[in-house]
Amino acid sequence: MIRFILSRLLYLVPTFIGITIIAFSFPRFLAGDPVLLMAGERGVTPERHAELSAQLGYDKPLVLQYFDFLGRLLHGDMGTSLVTKKPVLAEFLSLFPATVELGLVAIFIAVLLGVPIGVIAAIKRGSWFDQLSMTGALVGFSMPIFWWGLLLIIFFSGYLGWTPVSGRISLMYFFPNVTGFMLIDSLISGQDGAFASAVQHLILPSIVLATIPLAVIARQTRSAMLEVMSEDYVRTARAKGMPRRRVIGVHALRNALIPVVTTIGLQIGVLLAGAILTETIFSWPGIGKWMIDSISRRDYPAVQSGLLLIAGVVMVVNLLVDLTYGLINPRIRHR
Amino acid sequence: MSDVSVKLSDAAIRRRQLSEFWFYFSRNKGAVVGLAIFLLMVFTAIFADWLAPHNPTLQYRDALLLPPAWLDGGRADFLLGTDPVGRDILSRLIKGSQYSLFIGIVVVSIALLGGVIIGLVAGFFGGWLDALIMRIMDVILAFPSLLLALVLVAVLGPGLTNAMIAIAIVYQPHFARLTRAAVMAEKQREYVSAARVAGAGNLRLMFLTILPNCVAPLIVQATLSFSSAVLDAAALGFLGMGAQPPAPEWGTMLAEAREFISRAWWVATFPGLAILIAVLAINLMGDGLRDALDPKLKRS
Repeated sequence: MIRFILSRLLYLVPTFIGITIIAFSFPRFLAGDPVLLMAGERGVTPERHAELSAQLGYDKPLVLQYFDFLGRLLHGDMGTSLVTKKPVLAEFLSLFPATVELGLVAIFIAVLLGVPIGVIAAIKRGSWFDQLSMTGALVGFSMPIFWWGLLLIIFFSGYLGWTPVSGRISLMYFFPNVTGFMLIDSLISGQDGAFASAVQHLILPSIVLATIPLAVIARQTRSAMLEVMSEDYVRTARAKGMPRRRVIGVHALRNALIPVVTTIGLQIGVLLAGAILTETIFSWPGIGKWMIDSISRRDYPAVQSGLLLIAGVVMVVNLLVDLTYGLINPRIRHR
Repeated sequence: MSDVSVKLSDAAIRRRQLSEFWFYFSRNKGAVVGLAIFLLMVFTAIFADWLAPHNPTLQYRDALLLPPAWLDGGRADFLLGTDPVGRDILSRLIKGSQYSLFIGIVVVSIALLGGVIIGLVAGFFGGWLDALIMRIMDVILAFPSLLLALVLVAVLGPGLTNAMIAIAIVYQPHFARLTRAAVMAEKQREYVSAARVAGAGNLRLMFLTILPNCVAPLIVQATLSFSSAVLDAAALGFLGMGAQPPAPEWGTMLAEAREFISRAWWVATFPGLAILIAVLAINLMGDGLRDALDPKLKRS
């Protein structure tokens, strides 16, 4: 198993280097001089320009600049935001829990509904449930989620008045930020109604974000189940007279879940892309909205580091999925 | 009978292949519905200027935010109502179909062309070149596609053309990977060795001998990318990084409608519905294509 983990880690090194090269080159592809960009509209004198260039290392050859960048990166220094003047890494870390909370709830909804829907659809192949749920899954898969979010806001927030339109919690509540997860912090605070408010704020964004993963997981579970159910060992189990419930639950489902785990892992990238849209629609203070704001404010250090950190997160999650996959499927591990 | 089939001309073989394809494709009812909707969309896009009841950018100052015709206060000449500056929503949707089709075609063409060439080179030559190319593709795939497209647009500057280029770059690794896998499988086959022995050069082997036998998965991927491109371009438009107003691109229309959703639901509802129907139709078609082109499924 350790060899398996090491080989996977080694495999990531070139990808990681590639990601740093992309993040490094991004501001250099932009039209214009980075020093002038930083100076803003007032501009700088030629002496100050030379001084700033030297200070930021822009006067060195590109290769040296890249290694400087890499060195700072390894020390956890990702630069300062041009707009807020705060360290970018600190900003990212303060907003990241909001996105993780939203993403976790969304993937929880998607798995909790998607897997049973897929299993039932496969068992009752051709039934009205199968047809209805798979049509629904295809609609969900095709959904422009930014529009879906607006529709839910129009109906549940505007027409019914059930849910708030934006933010993570009502402004009435104020409590210390312990974990960064609003659901947990609001519970710890012990204030009446704080948790309910957090749930109310979370519900629409997480439904919107869960839509596409839910559709993908339901479809994938169904097709994996159908494939497994036609395997010999399932037929054998049935022929032995094993109860149907046990054949499906133990023999079929456990094997069908292997590709489903991969699918769930692959949804992390989808979730992060979806978070950009969902957070923008619901003014959710997470990294998706932060990236959009940084791009529109031309805050390039923030965009650069955000790009790097998000790709890093995707990479780590993919690694974890790979390892889980090896854990539940020994055939992969011993190859 | 057998000597009859031997004499079949190329055209006849192609006709047979087509009818076999249609046989499997049409067994999937959803796919046929999807194809019908898609053809309707193509028709609408081609004849948009004749079909649209109004000029899509003309502002009727006496008809701001009119509701759809069937609601109180609606007018029959504005079937789906008007937007905040008095433009006819139906006409804008009809014109918008041109944008979506155009985006899909351009993105898929660029991504397909680039991906196929890269994948062919990587799969055919193998070795360090293959390793290098595939690592670069891994890097592109490590970023969430919409995020990378957004950043690319930030570099290139907002606008429809740049949005299409960005999306194509992001999609291209999928085609490269598929082509590479197919080429590596086909390369070992005897017909390739036979062609090589007969004196075919590398270019001929790559493009004329091997490539035609790798087309099926590429067609399916192209369909899926077409629908994703429509969706992503609309998302970029919605975020203000795609087509710029007053272009009646569906995502851009939604972005403009955002602040009015509490007063006028129709300005936000119809453009999104148009995106959903278009994407759904193409995805339905994609499912049917996979059924018809995947030999593994055909046998079962």
